[in-house]
Amino acid sequence: MKRFIGFVKKEFYHIFRDKRSLFILFGMPIAQILLFGFAITNEINNVDIAVLDHSKDATTEEIINKISASKYFTITQFISHEDNIETAFKKGKIKAVINFEKDFSKNLIKERKASLQILTDATDPNTANSITNYINAILQNYQQAENKDIEVAYQIIPQTRMVYNPELKSVFMFVPGVMTIILMLVSAMMTSISITREKELGTMEILLVSPLKPFQVIIGKVVPYIFLSVVNAMVIVLLSITIFKMPIQGSLFLLGAESVLFIITSLALGILISTIAQTQQAAMMISLMGLMLPVILLSGFIFPITSMPIPLQVISNIIPAKWFIIIIKGIMLKGVGISYLWKESLILIAMTLFFISLSIKKYKIRLE
Amino acid sequence: MGISLSNISKSYKKVKAVQDISFEVKPGELFGLIGPDGAGKTTLFRILTTLLTPDQGTATVTDLDVVKDYKSIRKSVGYMPGRFSLYQDLTIEENLTFFATIFGTTIEENYDLIEDIYVQIEPFKKRRAGKLSGGMKQKLALSCALIHKPKVLFLDEPTTGVDPVSRKEFWEMLKRLQKKGITILVSTPYMDEAALCDRIALIQDGSILDIDSPEKIVEKFPKNIFNVKANNMYKLIQELQSYQHSYSVYPFGEFVHYTDQRDAFEIKDLQSHLKNQGLDNIIIEKTQPNIEDAFMELAK
Repeated sequence: MKRFIGFVKKEFYHIFRDKRSLFILFGMPIAQILLFGFAITNEINNVDIAVLDHSKDATTEEIINKISASKYFTITQFISHEDNIETAFKKGKIKAVINFEKDFSKNLIKERKASLQILTDATDPNTANSITNYINAILQNYQQAENKDIEVAYQIIPQTRMVYNPELKSVFMFVPGVMTIILMLVSAMMTSISITREKELGTMEILLVSPLKPFQVIIGKVVPYIFLSVVNAMVIVLLSITIFKMPIQGSLFLLGAESVLFIITSLALGILISTIAQTQQAAMMISLMGLMLPVILLSGFIFPITSMPIPLQVISNIIPAKWFIIIIKGIMLKGVGISYLWKESLILIAMTLFFISLSIKKYKIRLE
Repeated sequence: MGISLSNISKSYKKVKAVQDISFEVKPGELFGLIGPDGAGKTTLFRILTTLLTPDQGTATVTDLDVVKDYKSIRKSVGYMPGRFSLYQDLTIEENLTFFATIFGTTIEENYDLIEDIYVQIEPFKKRRAGKLSGGMKQKLALSCALIHKPKVLFLDEPTTGVDPVSRKEFWEMLKRLQKKGITILVSTPYMDEAALCDRIALIQDGSILDIDSPEKIVEKFPKNIFNVKANNMYKLIQELQSYQHSYSVYPFGEFVHYTDQRDAFEIKDLQSHLKNQGLDNIIIEKTQPNIEDAFMELAK
């Protein structure tokens, strides 16, 4: 046991004396969560739009006021002629143009219909889509308010309610994803690098010619990172609660336990990588290419798994991050307990055991 | 209780690293493996320290088999690899403490063993190992290899890249350790260090050329050897090599070591020959062969 503690102590020296790994450990999680929380967002806020009003009457003014009163849009430009629409778009600031037809109000009263055109800049299709939806919604609201006294033949009024994330905050989606990426990266990459470093610098040679047993070396390597990753997870959760007002609906204890489970899965992966890679460089490449990319692309963090082609959906099942994201989304947003998440947890446990037994089998007690 | 190898062979893919090596190191002996880079010295060390398994043959360290009893061997030997293999980001003291701890001992417990060496680097004990000079690194590495009081010490090229003064000190330390009953197997590419061992094995291209005490190896040298010197060394070497009776010509320090094919060799003959070739200030004197001469002769 004394040997083991001595080994763990040495690992902490390595970590705290290497500025690069300290940065990866603590700088990156904070930077990522802030980046994803503030900068990368699917929501639309204060989008600059322009108006081309051919009729300039009471109704169009009312609609324009409604649109500019919403927090989604800012009307920054009034265009006088169709020919200028394209130049406005080309300047790049305007994301949409609303084009009212001539005699809008008059047509509305006389012919009981009037039309307006919504032009959007679809270089970014997601934003363009959202913009049209939002404008449509504003128009619909306006119509309903205007028509409330009039008897209509029949009417379907959809009552939509967004559960678990009523404000559709994208940070709610990113926090679980970022947490997954960071725990995976810190645990798997850092352990695989720290084990391969011993190989590269030749210190593994002396460790092998010592009474330390292989599992003592591995566990000794892993323990500091379990500790640091737990600290990291706590920092992320704390940041998301305080800065992004993310609710934690479920039990914090369960969240912690599942995080530790996922950390151990990632560490097992890291150990497995280190048994394959001979150099730190190789370990880093394998971790980045083999872990980061699948986590970002196939875990359901950014792209919904259900809309993937079937082969990718199948592959996504072997990615531990997928199951962890399901688990923490469940706990954080839906507030469900272990009775709903036992299946995902079991899958993670099984994966961990598989990785560990594979790495023990592949761990070399000699140099060849 | 020493070291014994019998018919050890090891190949890496197609390259034969060592072939059919057998020798024995007696308990308490200071035994040298002498040979150029790539001779197979490191491979032998790795087999004996249980880091590699031999393809053929058996080897024992303190009567323990290197394949079967590798766990016990790892507890009782000290190993200093050829490359500096300590933690560069740990200080001298932390490195030593770490190695003491993983071997289940403390610095204090075996301080008497490393004292001679450690006092020299102790003033810098708060300095990180990466920032030490070559000589200090070697002393630290030796201290770390000794801290658990090993029965056998394996030192793979411990003095490569170390200044001459530190090298001399290092060998004095080895002599002192030997007196404490530790069996030492040391390798070196420096022939002058070979003379300091009890016995040496000359090794080249994975095979052993000869095993004996340094004195005996030199005694076995079959020819008279001469120091030759002249005003133009480069021309001298060329002339000696093209001389019809020349047997071997090796530059050695300020002299050229020369041996002749004939038993009845006369210094005068060579002197006049070299003079005729236009060389001046010619000095030719009989000298004692050294281990390098013996090695060159055996490797021929």
